[in-house]
Amino acid sequence: MANMLVKIRYFAALRETTGRGDDTLELPDGATVAEARERLTATQPALARLLPVCAVAVNRAYVAADHALTDGDELVFIPPLGGG
Amino acid sequence: MADSIQAAESEQANQAATRIIRITREALDDATVRALVRQVTQSSDGGIVTFEGVVRDSARGKRVQALEYDAYPEMAEQEMTRIADEVASRWGATHIAMLHRIGRMTVGECSVVVVVACPHRAEAFDACRYAIDTLKATVPIWKKEIAEDGEEWVEG
Repeated sequence: MANMLVKIRYFAALRETTGRGDDTLELPDGATVAEARERLTATQPALARLLPVCAVAVNRAYVAADHALTDGDELVFIPPLGGG
Repeated sequence: MADSIQAAESEQANQAATRIIRITREALDDATVRALVRQVTQSSDGGIVTFEGVVRDSARGKRVQALEYDAYPEMAEQEMTRIADEVASRWGATHIAMLHRIGRMTVGECSVVVVVACPHRAEAFDACRYAIDTLKATVPIWKKEIAEDGEEWVEG
């Protein structure tokens, strides 16, 4: 099966923890958000504490963990909100 | 992100827009809030409700020196637009400004402004309350508390 590239952007606590604003994740075609989260936890152990409490947005819309990703998607993990 | 009020005013003049939605790094000071009220209010509006969220000096027993806000700006503006759409359909409140500042703010500085102008006060109050409550619940914005004993990203 071919692989796809997903663009990740980091904000707030995730940006501080990773020390960067974005990243690229290579995943098998059809991988889900949950699989992306597992991969990221493995490659960025510092995020292991944060990722379980994050919601997820793909291409600027909230999605569930079983959402299937597509090549070129923008994936953002959304920590607990603090606006207002 | 066009930040200046001047830009918003020319936008207003060109499009007769009465919806202003923005993530900004610029101060939401009294003059800015006053200008927003003026921009969204039309001659049909008799009740205007303005909510300002301001940095407070304490949280959870800690003395707060400053807050630092971050946002996913494109999605935040999109979610704020969705809230404005809901407010328009539920209360007919189509004259609205929603601005959230990001970056570092000290005690007393304004972090968020919601202005709703309606023909009558009841729908202006209800729509403004709904808009700020929903913003806090759904819009991807985060805050870090900077206190005397350290810094922490916090919820709520």
